[in-house]
Amino acid sequence: MNLRKYIKVYKKFLHTSLASELEYKTNILVDLITAILSLVGSIFLLSIFFQNNGYIGGWKFEQALIIQAIYTILNGITNTWFNPNLTEIVKHIREGTLDFVLLKPIDSQFFISLKKINPSGFLEIMIGFLLLFLCIRINQIILNLSFLTLSLITISCSICILYSLWFFISTATIWFVKTWNAIEVLRSFLYIGRFPLNSFSFSLRIFFSVFIPIAFITTIPSEVFLGLSVLWKILLEVIVATVFLITSRKFWLFALKFYSSASS
Amino acid sequence: MISNLINRKIFTLLKVQYSNMLEYRVEIALWAISGIIPFFMLNIWTNNNLNESINISDVMLSRYFLCAFFVRQFSVVWVVFSFEEDSLLGKVSPYLIQPLNPFFRYFAQHLAEQITRFPFALIIAFFFFIFNPESIWIPNLGILLLSIVSTFLSFLIQFLIQSIVACLCFWTEKASSIERLLFIPTLFLSGLLAPVVSFPAYVKSWIYLTPFPYLIDFPANLLSGNETNISGGLSMQILWIFLLFPLFKKIWSEGTKKYTAMGS
Repeated sequence: MNLRKYIKVYKKFLHTSLASELEYKTNILVDLITAILSLVGSIFLLSIFFQNNGYIGGWKFEQALIIQAIYTILNGITNTWFNPNLTEIVKHIREGTLDFVLLKPIDSQFFISLKKINPSGFLEIMIGFLLLFLCIRINQIILNLSFLTLSLITISCSICILYSLWFFISTATIWFVKTWNAIEVLRSFLYIGRFPLNSFSFSLRIFFSVFIPIAFITTIPSEVFLGLSVLWKILLEVIVATVFLITSRKFWLFALKFYSSASS
Repeated sequence: MISNLINRKIFTLLKVQYSNMLEYRVEIALWAISGIIPFFMLNIWTNNNLNESINISDVMLSRYFLCAFFVRQFSVVWVVFSFEEDSLLGKVSPYLIQPLNPFFRYFAQHLAEQITRFPFALIIAFFFFIFNPESIWIPNLGILLLSIVSTFLSFLIQFLIQSIVACLCFWTEKASSIERLLFIPTLFLSGLLAPVVSFPAYVKSWIYLTPFPYLIDFPANLLSGNETNISGGLSMQILWIFLLFPLFKKIWSEGTKKYTAMGS
């Protein structure tokens, strides 16, 4: 397990997948328009909610926009890395090509999670950051070092949780073979990450913080941006993210024991 | 004689596809679950008393979103994804030789999937009523029939739009990204996330000229007993079908001329 080898391999991954994705240039343009439209659509939906109300779940419209920005960034990350790679696991298992991955002298989780990259997701991440900077201006947030570290920590924790959720569901394919639609279920649940957690009823809030921690993914980083966050929430997010990452690793190793290749 | 032949063909296709779909009932159940976004939206609406401003009571709104869920369940279309896969793998060639438009095959696939999905949708509705017992209602038979018809028409509109997009596969390899682009306005403007009545006036002035409100908002209003213009809605649906069908026929005949089989 040496780091330099993995960095070298990752560079090769980047090179090959970028080369193959850039073959479809118009596709990237269409994806960019899709990302912009879906952001516009969500803001439109928010504006309907705020039409006659100043506050929703204690959030003002300008504050809720931060959630949209963070959601867009995370969605861009999902589309760049998680979606192209982890949906591939399903294919690997169904067609029996997982054998080839396991035989390689490299960590299989590393290979499976980072093999591909979808460059059109970058554009979405950029749109998200643009909106985020706009929000910082609108909400007159003062940037300082402690704020930057905290927001960086919470966002990277969100990315870890998001990755683990995707990875869990894709790994479950080893038993169920076709979990394509389980990913759809996850996607539709993640969609509520576009709204502040407090706008939901109590029971749903519990559900989305205990069973599927979507609450942590967007709401806590946004609270950090607004300076509303309390320390225990941030600590909790760090703990949840660590637990999720470790469990996802354990789960993968556990699932591999049950993997039998196509002809056995 | 001819009608008998067509009947037999359609019946056989349906039977084959239905048994095929039954194989994947878990998948379809998961897919049904992934359609529960309207319920999350309902939660935001009622939890923040947003519906007071649009003069819809809690009960009527929950019925609306339940019906929106149902209409969505029975008008989901994915023909472009199947067709893209088939055309990339070269499976379209044998279909083209058969004396039957391949889209009949996909059409039967969708109908069979809806039949398989029906019990799962009922189970989800059952749970919905457990949590919201006050929203139970029984629509009268005429309204029920009319809303089934309008849901089917909505399905037809979406099927035609997607088939037109699918035919673009003859020119470009990745037509599904165009479909994902078209899905965004469908998601936000069809009434799945917010009833069209609640839209701001500058959108309401033109939206009824587009097909979107007739996809979910109109059938859902009809079924839930909210106020809607029945004859106007139905005639707009039929009008859109009459507009889209010739377009599909045109693009299909152009596309098949353009089509070259693998290896030629």
